[in-house]
Amino acid sequence: MTQPYETVIGLEIHAQLTTNTKIFCGCSTEFGKTPNSQTCPVCLGLPGALPVLNRQVVEFAIKTGLATNCQIAPRSIFARKNYFYPDLPKGYQISQFELPVCEHGWQDIELEGGESKRIGITRIHMEEDAGKLIHGDTPEALGTSLVDLNRACTPLLEIVSEPDMRSADEAISYLKKIHQIVVYLGVCNGNLEEGSFRCDANVSVRPYGQAELGTRAELKNINSFRFIKEAIEHEVERQIDLIESGGKVVQETRLFDSNTGMTRSMRGKEEAHDYRYFPDPDLVPLVIDDSWIDAVRSSLPELPDAKRKRFIEKLGLPEYDAEVLASDRLLANYFDACVTHAKEAKACANWIMGEVLRKLKETDTLIGEVPISPVMLAELLDRIADNTISGKIGKTVFEKMWQTGRGADELIESEGLKQVTDTGAIETLVDEVIAANPDQVAEYLGGKDKLIGFFVGKVMQASQGKANPGMVNQLLIKRLKGN
Amino acid sequence: MTIYDLTLAELRTKLDNRELSAVEVAEAYRARIAATDQDVNAYITVCDESAMAEAKLADQALAAGEIAPLTGLPIAAKDIFNTAGLKTTCASRILENYIAPYDATVIARIKEQKAVITGKLNMDEFAMGSSNENSAFGATRNPWNLNHVPGGSSGGSAACVASRQAAAALGTDTGGSIRQPASHCGVVGLKPTYGRVSRYGVIAYASSLDQVGPITRDVRDSALLLQAIAGHDPADSTSIDTPVPDYQATLTQELTGLKVGLPAEYFIDGLDEDVRRAVEQAVATYKELGAEIVEVSLPHTSYAVACYYLIATAEASSNLARYDGVRYGVRTDQAENLIDMYMQSRAAGFGAEVKRRIMLGTYALSSGYYDAYYLKAQKVRTMIRQDFLDAFAKVDVLLTPVAPTPAFTIGEKTNDPLQMYLSDIYTIPVNLAGTCAMSLPCGFSAAGLPIGLQLIGKPFEEATILRTAHAFEQATEWHKRKPEF
Amino acid sequence: MKITRAEVEHVGRLARLALSEDELNALTGEMDAILNYVEQLNELNTDGIVPTAHAVPVENAFRPDEVKPGFTPEQALSNAPDAAQSAFRVPRVIE
Repeated sequence: MTQPYETVIGLEIHAQLTTNTKIFCGCSTEFGKTPNSQTCPVCLGLPGALPVLNRQVVEFAIKTGLATNCQIAPRSIFARKNYFYPDLPKGYQISQFELPVCEHGWQDIELEGGESKRIGITRIHMEEDAGKLIHGDTPEALGTSLVDLNRACTPLLEIVSEPDMRSADEAISYLKKIHQIVVYLGVCNGNLEEGSFRCDANVSVRPYGQAELGTRAELKNINSFRFIKEAIEHEVERQIDLIESGGKVVQETRLFDSNTGMTRSMRGKEEAHDYRYFPDPDLVPLVIDDSWIDAVRSSLPELPDAKRKRFIEKLGLPEYDAEVLASDRLLANYFDACVTHAKEAKACANWIMGEVLRKLKETDTLIGEVPISPVMLAELLDRIADNTISGKIGKTVFEKMWQTGRGADELIESEGLKQVTDTGAIETLVDEVIAANPDQVAEYLGGKDKLIGFFVGKVMQASQGKANPGMVNQLLIKRLKGN
Repeated sequence: MTIYDLTLAELRTKLDNRELSAVEVAEAYRARIAATDQDVNAYITVCDESAMAEAKLADQALAAGEIAPLTGLPIAAKDIFNTAGLKTTCASRILENYIAPYDATVIARIKEQKAVITGKLNMDEFAMGSSNENSAFGATRNPWNLNHVPGGSSGGSAACVASRQAAAALGTDTGGSIRQPASHCGVVGLKPTYGRVSRYGVIAYASSLDQVGPITRDVRDSALLLQAIAGHDPADSTSIDTPVPDYQATLTQELTGLKVGLPAEYFIDGLDEDVRRAVEQAVATYKELGAEIVEVSLPHTSYAVACYYLIATAEASSNLARYDGVRYGVRTDQAENLIDMYMQSRAAGFGAEVKRRIMLGTYALSSGYYDAYYLKAQKVRTMIRQDFLDAFAKVDVLLTPVAPTPAFTIGEKTNDPLQMYLSDIYTIPVNLAGTCAMSLPCGFSAAGLPIGLQLIGKPFEEATILRTAHAFEQATEWHKRKPEF
Repeated sequence: MKITRAEVEHVGRLARLALSEDELNALTGEMDAILNYVEQLNELNTDGIVPTAHAVPVENAFRPDEVKPGFTPEQALSNAPDAAQSAFRVPRVIE
C-alpha cells in the first residue's frame, strides 16, 4: 500500500535550565516546595518590580548553541509576549522574538539502516517559565484553580527545529539527541515527568510532491517519548482522515490526552492569539563577544556523537558498544578513565556494559556512585589479561570489590585466588581426574574429542577455579594422548 | 521662624545645631497637613504614626552623631513608589487596598539616611495625565489658586511642596510629570537622565521613559535630594553604572562662558504671552550672568507628542497587564468565569484615561499595526534624540518654557484628551531623548499663577543644569514667593 | 475613519477590558482622533533609521546565579483577593 501523504514535523523543545536561581530574580528553582514559597516581587509580578538577567542562563544558552552547531548572535534582545493567564504573573512572558541568542544550527540523527539525516535548528532562545495551575479538588477549592508561582520565572531554553522530520520515529530520534546533549552539557536535568524537558510538536501532512507545507496543528502537553510518538501518529491519522473526508485542517493548538491517546482542540487559548511582541524596555541588549564564546567553547565537554566516533575509530569498539557507552556522559567518563589505565579497550567495554551495568541495575545505583573506581576496574582487568586470575575468578573478585571496596590485587592475595600456573601442581590434578574417570577416557580415545571440555571442567573444579584453563587444556591433551 | 517654611538645607543646619529636633519638625508638618490638605488634597496617605516613629529614630541618630544628609528631614513620596507596609495605590481603584510588601530602591535609600516619610502623594492614576484630575481619590488643587490644576502627573508632589506640607517630595517624570507640575506650582522639579536613578519599585507607566526625581523649594535642595537617590542599582537593568558627582560642590560656580541654546521650535504660536515674557526675561538674566545665548534648532519637535503617545501607551498597555485581580488589587465578585473576572475587574479598577491609553497602546502593538505605529515611533524617537545630540554639540544647556500656558482651570481640558496631551509639548521631547532637565520658577502670570523655566542638560550632566539654575535663582526672587491660603 | 467600533471592541477583548456601549462609542471617536493625529509621523522618512528602544545606550546587565531570600508564602499571598492551600485562587481555568 502506498501512502499518498507525507508527514512534516517540527519540534519546539523547552529545556528547563539547572541554574540555582530563576532567570530574572534570585529565587531558588528547587522543585517540589510549598506553593509560593520561592517567590519575590519580581517573579510575583508585583507593581514596580524589575527583571535582571541571570548570567548563568546566557552561559548555558551559548553552550547549547555551540553544541548544536548554532551561530551565537553577537547582539540579542528580550521581548515581551503579551497574553493573560493566571499562571503568568505580569500578563506577559519575557522571551526572545527578533534577535534570539542562537540561530542556524543543526543536529544529525541516525536513520534505520545506518544512514544519517541532518535536522535544521532554526533558533534557540531564552525565556521564563510560567507558574503552575492546580485544579482544586478539596471541598473548599472545588470549581476553582490554584496558582503556584514557584516555577514562574525559572529559566527555559526553547529549541526550535526546522520542519525537517518526516515521521514520528525521526522526531523521537531528534528529540532523544537533543535530550542527550542538554543532559550531557549539564544545562538541563532532562526530567520529562517533572516537566524539565518538554516538547511541542508542529505536525502537518501534504500529498507527496507538494512543495508547500500543509496547515499545521501544534500538539502540546506531551511528557514522555512514547506519548510523543503516539500523539504524532494519532494526529497524522486525524489530519489524513479529515482531508480524505473532504475537510480542512485548521491551524490550532491541540492537547494530547495520554489516557485516550487522542489529541483535542484547545479552544480556550485560541481566541486571543495576538501576542503583541515588542522589545522589553526593562531589559538591555545582550552582547556576546568572541572571547566569551571562545571561553564557553573551551569548557564544552566532548559531545555524544564525537565520543561515539572516537570510541569506534580510536579505540576500535564495535558500533553498538560505542553507542551504549557514549549515551551517558558519566558512563562514558567511567569508560574513558578505565581505558587509560587498562591494557585493552574492548575488555573495558565488555566489563562495563556487562558486569558494571548489570550491577547498577541490580542495586539501583547511579554510575556516579559505583564503589569500584575505573582505576580499580582496570587493575582487575589487567590481572585477567596477565593470567594472574581467570575471567571466571575475575567475576568473583569483581563481586567482592563491589561489596568491600577493596582492590583486586589485595583481594586476590588475601583470598588466595591467584591462578595456579605451576605445571607440576596441575599435572597432579590432571592425573587424578584421568584416574577417576576411566569410562570417559575410553570414550575420548575412541574419538569423542568434545569430552575434553568435561575433563577441563573437572580439573578446574578440583583446583577451585584457580588453575590456568589454557595450561589445563594443554596438559590434559598431552596426558590423554600419551596414554 | 515657621518650621514648615524652611528648606531642606535650612532644616539640616537647625537639626545639626540642635535648634530643632526631628520630632518637632515632624509635628509641625503633621499640624500643617491637618490644617491645609482638605483644600489641596495633595496626600492620599498621611503617615502620622510611622512618621513620628521615624522622627524619633532620626533624633536618636542625631544624638549619636550618625548624621546622613537626609536624617530627620520630612520628605513625601508620590504614591507610585512601593513603600513597605504602606498603602501604595498609584491613585488607582485597582490598587486601593494594595499594601506594598517591599520598598522601592529610592525609598530604601532615603530610609537608610533616616529621612522622615510624611506620606504618599496624590497623582494622576498610573501617572497618566497632566492635571491630577485623573486620580481615583479626587483631584489635587493648585495652592496658588484652588480652582486651577496643579499639573500632573506628580501634581500632588508639586502642590505638597508648594503648600508647605512637606519640605520636599519625590516624583516621577515620563513626559513632563515632574517639570510641568513644578512649573504650575512655583517649585523646583528635576528629571534626571534616564538611568541615573533606579526605577526598581516604581510602579511602571512607560518603562523606557519613566524617571524618578526631586521636587523641592529651591535648587540647592534639588541637588541635595538628587544626591541621595542617584546612582547605579543592580536591581534595575537600565540604571547606569557611572559615578555620581558631588552636586553641591559645583552648585555655585559662575556661568561665564556657558553656552545657552534657545530652540526656535519652542517659541512658536500657541505660547502664552505671559509665559513668553517670563522666559524672555530669564534669557536676559542669563546674559547678565555672563552666559552666551545661541539660537539652535530641534527640527523634529512637533512630532514628539505623536511619537510619545505611541511609545508610552504601548509600553503601558503591557505594564498594566499585571493588574488582573489574581495576586493583588481589586477583583470583581460578579464574575462567572476567568475571562469575565479579568474583564470586569480591570473595567472596574481603571479610570477612563488609563483605559484610553491601554486601548491605544494595545492597538499600536497589535498584529498588523506594529510596524506602522510602534516601530515607526521608535524610529522617530531616534531622530528626536539626534536633534538633542546635535544641539548639544553647540551649547551646554537648552533654555525653554516648561508648559505653553500657566496652570489651566479644573475641568478645562478633561473632555479633549488630545488638547491635554499637547500641553506637554515642551517636556515630552526630553524624555524621548532620555536626557536631564529641570523646571524652576521664573515669574508669574497676570492672574498670579507661577511660570516655570526649563533647563535641559546633556545626558548625565545634572550638575550643569543645577548650577545654571542656581545662578538664576540667586539673581531672582521668584522662588521666595509662596502661596497664601 | 482610522478605526472602527468593531476594532475597538476587539482591542478591548485583547486588553481584557469590559467596555460599556458608551465607552465603546467614546473610545472609537477618541482613538480615531489620536490615530489621525499620529498620522503625521508618516511625513518623516525613516528608512534606514535604527529604532530607539533605550534612550541611553546600555548593554549586558547581569546578576550572579546566587539565591537571595524572598517572600514566605504568607507574604506572597498578603495582598491576594482570594487564596487557598498556600496558593492564589481563581475561577476554574478550563483548557
